[in-house]
Amino acid sequence: MRPDLEIVADLVPAGSRVLDLGCGPGDLLEALARRGCRGTGVEIDPDAFLATVCRGVAVLSLDLDTDLDAFAADSYDVVVLSQTLQTTRRPRTVLQQMGRIAPRAVMSVPNFAYWRHRSELVLSGRMPVSAELPYPWYQTPNIHLSTLPDTQALVEEVGLAVERRLLLDERHQPLRGRLAPNLRAARAVYVLGRRA
Amino acid sequence: MVVCHALTGDAHAAGHHGDEGRRGWWDNIIGPGRPLDTDRFYVVCANLLGGCQGSTGPSSTDPATGRPYGLSFPLLSVADFVATHRRLVRHLGIERLHAVVGGSLGGMQALSWALTAPDEVETAVVVAASSRLSAQNIAFSAVAREAIMRDPDFADGTYLETGRSPDTGLAVARMMAHITYLSEAAMTAKFGRRFQGSDTPRFGFGVDFQVESYLRHQGESFLSRFDALSYLYLSRALDYYDPFGEPDAHARLARMAAAGTRALVLSFDSDWRFDTSHSLRIARRLEHAGVPVTFREVASDFGHDSFLLPVPEYHAIVAAFLGAPALAGGQGR
Repeated sequence: MRPDLEIVADLVPAGSRVLDLGCGPGDLLEALARRGCRGTGVEIDPDAFLATVCRGVAVLSLDLDTDLDAFAADSYDVVVLSQTLQTTRRPRTVLQQMGRIAPRAVMSVPNFAYWRHRSELVLSGRMPVSAELPYPWYQTPNIHLSTLPDTQALVEEVGLAVERRLLLDERHQPLRGRLAPNLRAARAVYVLGRRA
Repeated sequence: MVVCHALTGDAHAAGHHGDEGRRGWWDNIIGPGRPLDTDRFYVVCANLLGGCQGSTGPSSTDPATGRPYGLSFPLLSVADFVATHRRLVRHLGIERLHAVVGGSLGGMQALSWALTAPDEVETAVVVAASSRLSAQNIAFSAVAREAIMRDPDFADGTYLETGRSPDTGLAVARMMAHITYLSEAAMTAKFGRRFQGSDTPRFGFGVDFQVESYLRHQGESFLSRFDALSYLYLSRALDYYDPFGEPDAHARLARMAAAGTRALVLSFDSDWRFDTSHSLRIARRLEHAGVPVTFREVASDFGHDSFLLPVPEYHAIVAAFLGAPALAGGQGR
């Protein structure tokens, strides 16, 4: 399983009903099933979809931007969105829908303000290509990049609150120290709740 | 597992009865090593009540009068198809099915079966189906039935006693329905604007384009295997089908969720007879009720008929779904 998914898995309470948006080949859901979770995936890629079906996991090919009405309000305990928000056309709508479907969300997003991205942009004057964002600008699925404060602002705008934030380096290890997170974090994993 | 046939299908789903060239209508998906793997599963397919391939229908003899039922035969619903086939399954000594599988009308029957008797059904495979026909769907059905019923030889449904039959009406009904089973891309690929038996047009009202010849052949060959009254009764069952609109729909959905019955719902992107919005509606209703549902729109150029064809992605998904292990922690919610 991808190292960032291990971190996500640890943030999902055992026995939860989990909806994994952009579930890939279903490895997170399969791992969570072993912890007594009941899960559904959403995946549009044909190979990843088929791999999820093979695992015996329920999975729907839906457009995150337009089809999340397929899920009823409060029908899950946790919605997971890992490395996917930045690929959606309407991130605001997706976040709103996540807040509707479950009281809690676990979301991981790359940080565009990470120092490597900044230095590449500043020094070479070109769009950054990195381990986090490995595609050239003209064929990247990452069309809505944000920084840590940008993500935080959108979360709050749609009526959600950051309950917990894990800052990770390029090797998916937790950052040490609290200094300059928006410069040092390659990505962040958020646990979101509804604002009281 | 039970295979449910579509509007004009029959119990001969796979294999052959001596003539290798006359294989069942779903031979490409049923068999050893195929998605409906007969090395692993015992597969049952039976004719629909109201059909004309052996089961009782409107052309059967009414024992009360000694004459064919005709239009005095009661209207049929998908629930009746489920009820009769459930009795068959019980008669065979089967208490629980691994799967009920069907495309188009067969998919509707699979869905209804799972909603009616979820404890008897582990999985329902619902392909290119609908839970509620649209006005456009019903309009096509209406024209097909008008073609049959306005044929003078239909004789208000008593044609079996006159020795004549509404062949013109039934053939026209089939021709029109057949258009809705194909996509425009498939028809373009198959016929284009080519002429039948000629490179140049003949300029007249006869059969000139290849597509006209094909449709006429479809209409004519249908006459030898189908009965006009059965066509009316079975197609009318589709029009009235609305399982999620029934008063006890919520209770049925709740029972299906409680039973843990899983559903696979598939559509094809070139199917305009029952386009993806129909399948998405089914998936949404099941998901909202807490039924574990797997859904995908499969890319295929062949329109509604795709469900009968060996589209690789489609068959791979069905095989994976039917062969997948039951997950320890359960799935869905």
